[in-house]
Amino acid sequence: MPTVEYKGKVFEVDEDGFLAGGLDAWCKEWVEYVKELEGIQELTEEHWKVINVLQDYYRKNGVAPMVRILSKVTGFPLKKIYELFPSGPGKGACKMAGLPKPTGCV
Amino acid sequence: MGEVKKHDTPKVDQLKTGPWPSFVDDIYSYSEKHKKQACFDIMGQMELSYTNRETHWKHGGIVGVFGYGGGVIGRYSDQQEKFPAIWAFHTIRVHHTAGKWYHTSALKKLCDMWDSRGSGIVNFHGSTGDIILLGTVTDQLEPIFFDLTHQLHWDLGGSGSNLRSPACCVGKSRCEWALIDVQELDYELTMAFQDELHRPAFPYKFKFKFSGCPLDCVAAVARADMSFIGTWRDEIRIDQEAVRAYVRGELKPNAGAFSDRDWGPFDIKKEVIDLCPTKCMYWDENEQKLYINNSECNRCMHCIAVMPEALRPGQDTGIAILIGAKAPILEGAQLSTLIVPFMKVEPPYDELKDFIYKAWDYWMENGKNRERIGELIQRIGLNKFITEVMGLTPIPQHVRVPRDNPYIFWKEEEVEGGWTRDVAEFRKRHPA
Ligand code: HEM
Ligand code: HEM
Ligand code: SF4
Ligand code: SF4
Repeated sequence: MPTVEYKGKVFEVDEDGFLAGGLDAWCKEWVEYVKELEGIQELTEEHWKVINVLQDYYRKNGVAPMVRILSKVTGFPLKKIYELFPSGPGKGACKMAGLPKPTGCV
Repeated sequence: MGEVKKHDTPKVDQLKTGPWPSFVDDIYSYSEKHKKQACFDIMGQMELSYTNRETHWKHGGIVGVFGYGGGVIGRYSDQQEKFPAIWAFHTIRVHHTAGKWYHTSALKKLCDMWDSRGSGIVNFHGSTGDIILLGTVTDQLEPIFFDLTHQLHWDLGGSGSNLRSPACCVGKSRCEWALIDVQELDYELTMAFQDELHRPAFPYKFKFKFSGCPLDCVAAVARADMSFIGTWRDEIRIDQEAVRAYVRGELKPNAGAFSDRDWGPFDIKKEVIDLCPTKCMYWDENEQKLYINNSECNRCMHCIAVMPEALRPGQDTGIAILIGAKAPILEGAQLSTLIVPFMKVEPPYDELKDFIYKAWDYWMENGKNRERIGELIQRIGLNKFITEVMGLTPIPQHVRVPRDNPYIFWKEEEVEGGWTRDVAEFRKRHPA
């Protein structure tokens, strides 16, 4: 597994850049690191709202929420989520939040 | 270009023999000409898979381009030491043209781009319809997307839980049976729903397919969640003189499709009249005249396909809409089921778009994670889907046969007295 070093922290990642250790290995530095890869200039309250909702949902349910649930809970329409995370809720937001990589017929 | 390394591929090489065009020949001759290590490595990994009888691609892969949530299928080799040029081998879905008509200048530009940024290997086309660019690395994805959009003016196709790339038959461009302009319809709806295609917002995937007539050359009824089939509701047009020409043997049945074998002289009774599924045709031997009872015709296309120069579909044309086709996972394979027997369609297709949004709105709100719309209909029932979701009136054409079990749900307001009963009242007449 490749590793990346950022601000003194070392993260194990897979080829897609998802955090191999999942939520347990997640920390604020990870968010800073992913931000740059994911085309995000400035992290705002709104980014954190999405990240927090994803993490809470995952801790409670063991899966990432469906897109429409994410929209409902955050109050952000999908368009807004793409404005915040240009690669979308899966590749962008879930990666940043330290959730496992989306699977299935993607 | 540097040195390339060819792997030893005895099993794969056997597939160069035989008369059918060999993909092995194609890939090797391309890779030798272009000195592409990725192509040699692909053949090497394939040889390994043939030997081990298992795939050597890792599970999954999440890559893409900014702004979109789909269109690229990430893949990584699990033999990266042996085959470093295919450590990543992502697939890009490029949206095909309606009916798959291309100009060589466009294809040439696409090839130039792919020669320089990808493996050079393609699939023309993926089963859903897209042009498939097979194999590139992550760093090339954005440049490829930039070239596609800025130079070729082409966009990506769909992947993920979204509207996948719609597809249609050749339709009016070169088929005399096309009852609607499927290419225009395909194009208009594809453009109207770009957002739904590029940014997954659905419980699961959703596909549109458009066929100009019931012969269904894109297999819409089997391979699309929403299947649009051209149809007509007036009379089949008969050219009696041409019918007689078939009977006399001057015209070849099925436009000669069966001439590689001697099936004997054309027999209109045996090959048309007796094969009509509704038995609504009659050939009068004395009059030398064909009769069709159009009110009984189910527009199966058989007679028209056998005698294309004598019979033509009607002129009052529209579409039938069927919903729900899917492959077996999870609840079993389904063909689409009839929802709208006939709808007139004309640009800008507003009525049709409303219809589509109605189905989507309900499915997006009520569909479970990874539940196809066909499974949702199974779960809530066709009746509820037709009446409550789509706001349509149930008609006999919605079913093949009525139900044969008596587990019938009634709405409370349909039943006199409703559901609230007092058992004490019952006991007054029926002591325990
Ligand atoms: C007026 C009298 C009866 C009525 C109205 C009646 C009605 C029914 C109904 C509605 C079912 C369900 C059918 C299904 O699951 O598809 C059933 C099942 C059954 N009945 Fe009756 N029944 C009556 C008398 C009897 C008697 C007297 C017996 C046996 C001596 C009997 C044995 C069964 C059995 C074994 C089943 C289950 C069949 C299965 O699950 O395959 N029934 N009955
Ligand atoms: C108070 C008495 C009984 C009650 C409340 C009762 C209830 C039931 C119920 C609810 C079912 C399932 C029906 C379904 O699948 O929809 C059933 C099935 C069945 N019962 Fe009874 N039952 C009673 C007595 C009997 C007796 C006395 C017999 C036989 C002599 C019997 C034979 C069967 C059989 C064969 C089935 C079908 C099993 C299957 O293949 O699913 N039952 N019963
Ligand atoms: S589906 Fe009908 S209209 Fe379309 S190409 Fe086939 S025969 Fe022609
Ligand atoms: S289209 Fe089919 S059902 Fe209709 S008349 Fe011809 S063979 Fe019979």
